[in-house]
Amino acid sequence: MPEDLNWAIGGEAGDGINSTGKIFAQALSRAGRHVFTSKDFASRIRGGYTAYKVRSSVDRVESVVDRLDILIALTQRTVDENMDELHDGSVIIYDGERTMMEDFEAPGEMTGLDVPLKRLAEDAGGAIMRNIVALGAACEVTGFDIEYLDESLEKRFGNKGQAIVDNNREAARLGAEYVREEIDTTTDYDIDTTDNDYVLLNGDEAIGMGALAAGCRFYAGYPITPATDVMEYLKGRIENYGGIVVQAEDELSAINMALGAARAGARSMTATSGPGIDLMTETFGLVATSETPLVICNVMRSGPSTGMPTKQEQGDLNAMLYGGHGEVPRFVVAPTTVAECFHKTVEAFNLAEKYQLPVYLTADLALAVTEQTFEPEEFDMEAVEVDRGKVVDEDSVEEWTNDQGQFKPHAVTDDGVSPRAFPGTTDGAHMSTGLEHDELGRRTEDTDMRVQQVDKRDRKVETAIEREDWSYREFGDPDADTLVVSWGSNEGAMQEAMDFLDEDGIDVRFISVPYIFPRPDLTEEIEAADDVIVVECNATGQFADLIEHDALTRVERINKYDGVRFKADELAEEVEAALGEPDEADAEVEA
Amino acid sequence: MSSEIRFTDFKSDKQPTWCPGCGDFGTMNGMMKALANTGNDPDNTFVVAGIGCSGKIGTYMHSYALHGVHGRALPVGTGVKIANPELEVMVAGGDGDGYSIGAGHFVHAVRRNVDMTYVVMDNRIYGLTKGQFSPTSREDFETSTSPDGTNQQPVNPLALALAAGGTFIAQSFSSDSQRHTEIVQEAIEHDGFGFVNVYSPCVTFNDVDTYDYFRDAIVDVGDEEFDHDRGDYDAAKDLIMDRDKEYQGVIYQDESSVGYEKREGVEAPMTDIPDGAPEDAMDLVREFY
Repeated sequence: MPEDLNWAIGGEAGDGINSTGKIFAQALSRAGRHVFTSKDFASRIRGGYTAYKVRSSVDRVESVVDRLDILIALTQRTVDENMDELHDGSVIIYDGERTMMEDFEAPGEMTGLDVPLKRLAEDAGGAIMRNIVALGAACEVTGFDIEYLDESLEKRFGNKGQAIVDNNREAARLGAEYVREEIDTTTDYDIDTTDNDYVLLNGDEAIGMGALAAGCRFYAGYPITPATDVMEYLKGRIENYGGIVVQAEDELSAINMALGAARAGARSMTATSGPGIDLMTETFGLVATSETPLVICNVMRSGPSTGMPTKQEQGDLNAMLYGGHGEVPRFVVAPTTVAECFHKTVEAFNLAEKYQLPVYLTADLALAVTEQTFEPEEFDMEAVEVDRGKVVDEDSVEEWTNDQGQFKPHAVTDDGVSPRAFPGTTDGAHMSTGLEHDELGRRTEDTDMRVQQVDKRDRKVETAIEREDWSYREFGDPDADTLVVSWGSNEGAMQEAMDFLDEDGIDVRFISVPYIFPRPDLTEEIEAADDVIVVECNATGQFADLIEHDALTRVERINKYDGVRFKADELAEEVEAALGEPDEADAEVEA
Repeated sequence: MSSEIRFTDFKSDKQPTWCPGCGDFGTMNGMMKALANTGNDPDNTFVVAGIGCSGKIGTYMHSYALHGVHGRALPVGTGVKIANPELEVMVAGGDGDGYSIGAGHFVHAVRRNVDMTYVVMDNRIYGLTKGQFSPTSREDFETSTSPDGTNQQPVNPLALALAAGGTFIAQSFSSDSQRHTEIVQEAIEHDGFGFVNVYSPCVTFNDVDTYDYFRDAIVDVGDEEFDHDRGDYDAAKDLIMDRDKEYQGVIYQDESSVGYEKREGVEAPMTDIPDGAPEDAMDLVREFY
C-alpha cells in the first residue's frame, strides 16, 4: 500500500513530540492528503514514553493500523515500544550522536537513518529544533515536498516572530539535505498529493466548535484529561460572542455554575471526564428535577477511580445512564466521528432546551484526542439551527400563570414540556428546587402531585422519542448475515475492518449508534441477522447489555479494555474469531 | 416599576415554617427591605439558597429563585450573575451550608469577587437536623453529637473572607432590623462580592448564642465614637481576629473593587443568541486548515 503512509515520532514527554506530529499532520493535510492521528501518552509532564502517530492516505482514513513505515525515534524505547508495528522496509530516523542512541542498530531489513539531528539543529539556530530536522529528513525519505512544511511551521511559530519561523524552515531543509547527500539509501515511499485543502481537528475541538455554533455562551469546567481541550478551545473564542469560560474550583462548582447560567437563560455547558462525572452526580439530579437545560460533556477515559487517565475506554455508559439517586430522565448522545462531535454537540443543545433536561454528550478518549481530516463543508454552519424550546416572554407569560398571576414553570402538559421564563421576564418570577414540587416549583409531598410531576418528566422522553430522529449510521451490505453494532470511536476502525473482512470473503452489515438514550430500536435488524456482534471498549459490554435488553436476545461481544483503541486489522481478526472461522494466520500455523 | 416597589412585594404567599422567634425572620425581612430600597423588583432579582433552615428562604420570598443542593448555592449564584449581569443576585446560606460543606466554594467565591450578595444566617448550630454542632459552634459546646462538648475550634468566617481577598466583609444581627437592612443594602451596592455574616439566633437548639447574648455583646463599628475606617485593612484584621467581642457593621471594604464579570468583559445578558450559527462561523472551521 504505497499510498498509505504510517509515520510516527516518539520520545519522552517534554520532547515536543505533540507539536512535531501536529506540524507534519497539518502539512500533509494542506497537501491534500487525508490524515488520521493517534497519540500514546503517559500521565506525566516530563519523561516517560510518548508518541504521536500519523496515518495518511489520498483516500479517507478512519482508523489506525498495526503498521509503521517511518519512525522518528528520539529514544531507544520508542523503537522497542513500536517493534510490533515496524516491518521489513520501515525506516527509522535517529540521532546516533545522542548518548542514548549511539549503539542503535536497525533490526532486520529495516533501514536506520543516522541523522545528526541535534548538530544540524544547532547549525540552523538551536538544538531545540532537532525534531524539525527529523521532519525534514522524513520528507526527503518519503518524497514529500518540504515546502508543505513551511505553512505549518508558520502556523506553529508565527507568533514567535519571523526569525523563529525561518530558523525552523532552515532546520527542515538541513535535515532533508543531509539525507539526500550523505546517506546512500533508496526507499519506495513516494507519497502523492492532491489539490484539496482539508481541515484537521480532533473531537474535543469539534465539540467546542459545535458549542460555539450552537450559541453556547457559558462554559464552566475544571481541568481534567482528556476533556480539558474543550475548555482550552472555548477560552479565547467564546468571548468573541459575548460568552465566558469560567475555570471553577472543582467539578461540583463547575456544574452548579453551569446550572445557574442555564437558569439565567444562557446556553450553558460543562465538560469533564469520568471522575468528574461522579462529583457532578449530586447536582445532576437537581438539574433534572429543576428541569434545567444543560449539556454535560463526558470525555471518557479508563476507569474506575482515577484509572488510566490517558488511555482509551468506553466504561462510563452505565454511570451516565443510571448515575444518581432516584429516577430522572436524561439523554445520552454519543458521537461516533470527529465531525459527528460537531453535529451532535449542536443537537445536544437543542435537545436540552426543547426538553428541559440534562444531556450527556459523550466522546471516548480516542475520539477526543484523534485529529482527522475533513472537507470543511462537513462542518456546515448554514445547516445549524437553534431551537430554544418553549420560552415565554412578557406577552405570552400570562398563558402560563394561575389565578393569582403566579407563573407555572412546571406546568403539567400533554407533551411533558413546560414553559420557561428567563429571569428578567415581567411576571415570570418563580422558584425551582431539587425538592419534589408543584406546578409553581414549590415543595410538595402531595401524593397526587408527586405522581403527576414524575410522569410529566418521563413524558418528555416519550415525546422526544416520537418527535426526534434517533437514527443510526449504516455501512456494508444491508442483507449480510453478520451484523456488527458499535458506538463511539469504534466506527472508524470497524469501517476499515470491513475491508479486511471483505478480502476474507466475510460480508458484514455494520451499524454505528450515536444515541445511547433514547436509542434506535434494532430489534428488526438483529432478527434479520444470523450473527450479531457488539463491539465496544469496556470489559463488561455495557452497550451490548442494552441491545440484549431491547431485542430480548443474546449477542456476541467483542470487548477491549487494555487502554488502547481498536485497530482496524485487529478488529477484523476479532470479528472473524467471533464468527468461529479460523483466520489466515491460524491456518498457516496448522499447515 | 421600582418606585412602586415595596419590600412586601418580595414576600411570597407561603407562611414560613421557621420556629416562632427564629432569627431568620429578621434576616429575611432585612434582605427584602434592602432589595426594595436599592430599586430592585422581583422580576430582576434572583435568590439562590442551599440546604437547611436558610435554604427555605427562596420559598418565602417572591422572585426568581433556585433552591439547590447543600453547600453549592454560591456557584449557582455565580453562574446566574455572569450569564445575566443585569440581575440582582442574592445568595443565602447557613453556617453549616456555607462554612462546612460549602467552605471551599465560599473561599473561591470570595476571591472571584462576582458582583453578588451573600447573606449567611449564622446561628452556630444545625437547626433543621435538630441540634448538632456547626462549624461556628463554640469550643466545648454540648450538642447531640458532642455530648462532652465539641473538640474543635470554630471557624472565623470573616477571617476566611479577609484571607481570601474579600472586598466587602460585614456582620449584622438579625434583630437589629435597621442596621441589618442598611448593611445588606451596602453589600448590594458594593461592586463585587458583598459578604454579610448575620447573627440569626436559633431559639430551639442554641441556648448559648441567644438574642440576649448578642444584644449585650455586640459592638457597632458604625458608631461615631468607634471611628472605624472600613478601608483600613489592618484595622479590619484586628477587629476580625478579636474573638472576644461580636462586631456589627461593615468591617472591611475595598472601594476600588470591580466585579469579576465586569473585569471579564461580560456586558450583556447571554439570553439573546442567533437562530443559527454566527455569521462568521466558517472562520471557526478555517482555523483548522
